[in-house]
Amino acid sequence: MKQLLYSQRLAPYLFIAPFVITLVVFWMIPVGQSVVMSTQEVLYGETTPVGFRNYERLWQDRLFWQALFNSARYMVLTLAILIPIPMVLAALVCNSIGSPRIKNFFKASLFVPALTSVVVAGIVFRLMFAETGTGLMNQIISVIGLGPVRWLREDVPGLIALLALATWRYTGVNTMYFIAGIQSIPGELYEAASIDGASRRQQFFRITIPNLRPTLVYVTTISIYGGLAMFLESFMLYAGNGSPNNQGLTVIGYLYRRGIEENDLGFASAVGVVLLVVILAINLTQLTLSGTFRKEADR
Amino acid sequence: MSAPGERRALSPRVYGLIQNGLLVLMALISLVPLLAIFVGTFQNGNEIIRQGVTLDIDWGALTFDNYRMLFTDSGYYFRWFANTLGLTIVTVVGTLLVSSFVAYGFAMYEFKAKRLGFIGVLLLMTVPFEMLMLPLYVQVNKFGLADSYVMVVIPFLAAPVTIFFFRQYFLGIPKELLEAGRVDGVTEFGIFFRLVVPIIRPALAAMAILNGMLAWNNFLWPLLVLRSPQNFTLPIGLNTLLTPYGNNYELLIIGSFFSLIPILILFLAFQRFFVEGMTAGALKG
Repeated sequence: MKQLLYSQRLAPYLFIAPFVITLVVFWMIPVGQSVVMSTQEVLYGETTPVGFRNYERLWQDRLFWQALFNSARYMVLTLAILIPIPMVLAALVCNSIGSPRIKNFFKASLFVPALTSVVVAGIVFRLMFAETGTGLMNQIISVIGLGPVRWLREDVPGLIALLALATWRYTGVNTMYFIAGIQSIPGELYEAASIDGASRRQQFFRITIPNLRPTLVYVTTISIYGGLAMFLESFMLYAGNGSPNNQGLTVIGYLYRRGIEENDLGFASAVGVVLLVVILAINLTQLTLSGTFRKEADR
Repeated sequence: MSAPGERRALSPRVYGLIQNGLLVLMALISLVPLLAIFVGTFQNGNEIIRQGVTLDIDWGALTFDNYRMLFTDSGYYFRWFANTLGLTIVTVVGTLLVSSFVAYGFAMYEFKAKRLGFIGVLLLMTVPFEMLMLPLYVQVNKFGLADSYVMVVIPFLAAPVTIFFFRQYFLGIPKELLEAGRVDGVTEFGIFFRLVVPIIRPALAAMAILNGMLAWNNFLWPLLVLRSPQNFTLPIGLNTLLTPYGNNYELLIIGSFFSLIPILILFLAFQRFFVEGMTAGALKG
């Protein structure tokens, strides 16, 4: 026993044991079971092997494609919003102009939404996008002569509400990522550029953006899988997994419906496996391209 | 100072004013939803649900009725509050302990399969929990673990992002410290607990905040595990109040608002640790 405690050869395995156990029990076994279940029909605890039939059903399932379309659409649009805007905001916060106190107030205020639970966020946004003429958003758009819009009952308005919720929650966090990135850029680069007479805009495009590459890669990756796996935002905004014409249904929402609400475990597992393959492929590509595996694992 | 040849060069003063104005405006916009729910705590719940959050606030009709209801007749609300608090504390302590322990192994030792193991951490950092919910849910049902708090906490103790963060931190600690401990006859685990843990307090604070916030707000997994109303956490409890046939929308609103307060207080006190903790996942290029 005493030897065990002093052994430098054994110690690392004991240190990482909790992770290995978690990895095996809560990740590998469940994922393995998902793969197995996806080739079975599971009804009332009775399993029948059905080969690839669940995947065939999936391929022909109109609702699955709609859910995939909804998730992909949401992912692309959040990428288009939640990367450029936070990047510009971070550049503004990091420049030498304006009041530092206002900047601190700004940072704190934008960060607060990230602290709210998705439940509370969903409740508030649901009420702000109420379909009555008295709802906040309808009051705002009535200023420019629009509306009232039945926000959560129509496809595009519903998407706008969902994107507003996502923008509200994640702009602050992404801005912080970019601020950290910008602060790690050596100040001399900007000094040299100023001496050479580069304008602020030129500095932003020629110095800030190229040097933000690692941050950009990271934020892009989390946005891609976060977007594809989005579920709770829609679940809360529509007060449940059902939405008019399934306009808010995402891939995970479909998995939840088929697996947990309708107990069709085989089919739902197939949905999960397809999404997992897509997400892992994206991650592996990103981590390999950015050299993270090489760099991090060899330290 | 405007460079010659630059079009529309604004003076730094004007530019500064515009920028200040823009930042203040955006800050206020992002606070609107919280203000809306705060005002809502003084309003009639059925009214809010019927007409939505609105600018036409009937200031004369605002009352403290909901506050009275919250503290006298809010059913399980404070039970949920206490459940959430307890689960959060246990989760934070457990996660810090287990994750720093694991990170220490990865940072301080050379061993076989270290690289492979760490690639596992990196991969898990980017696999959303939603992927696992179905098989885990099936297991919970099969082994009769529904309603069990242990099941709510255990899967997240070895948290990949937290492990990654601690490892970065440990890599900055000189290995001579370990050698000094070994010379003094301290066990490998004694070195960790007695020499290393005390000097990583800032990292512990950042990760306590991050994991505390995640645990406080955790929704999906507790929703699948917990079944009886007296065992609910705040997010699940509040969600049950959001039904078309609800008769307690006042509690939905004021309860939502009160669920934010602990986090907001912590944020005002430890803002730096929040930012550090929540951006911890960003790989250092």
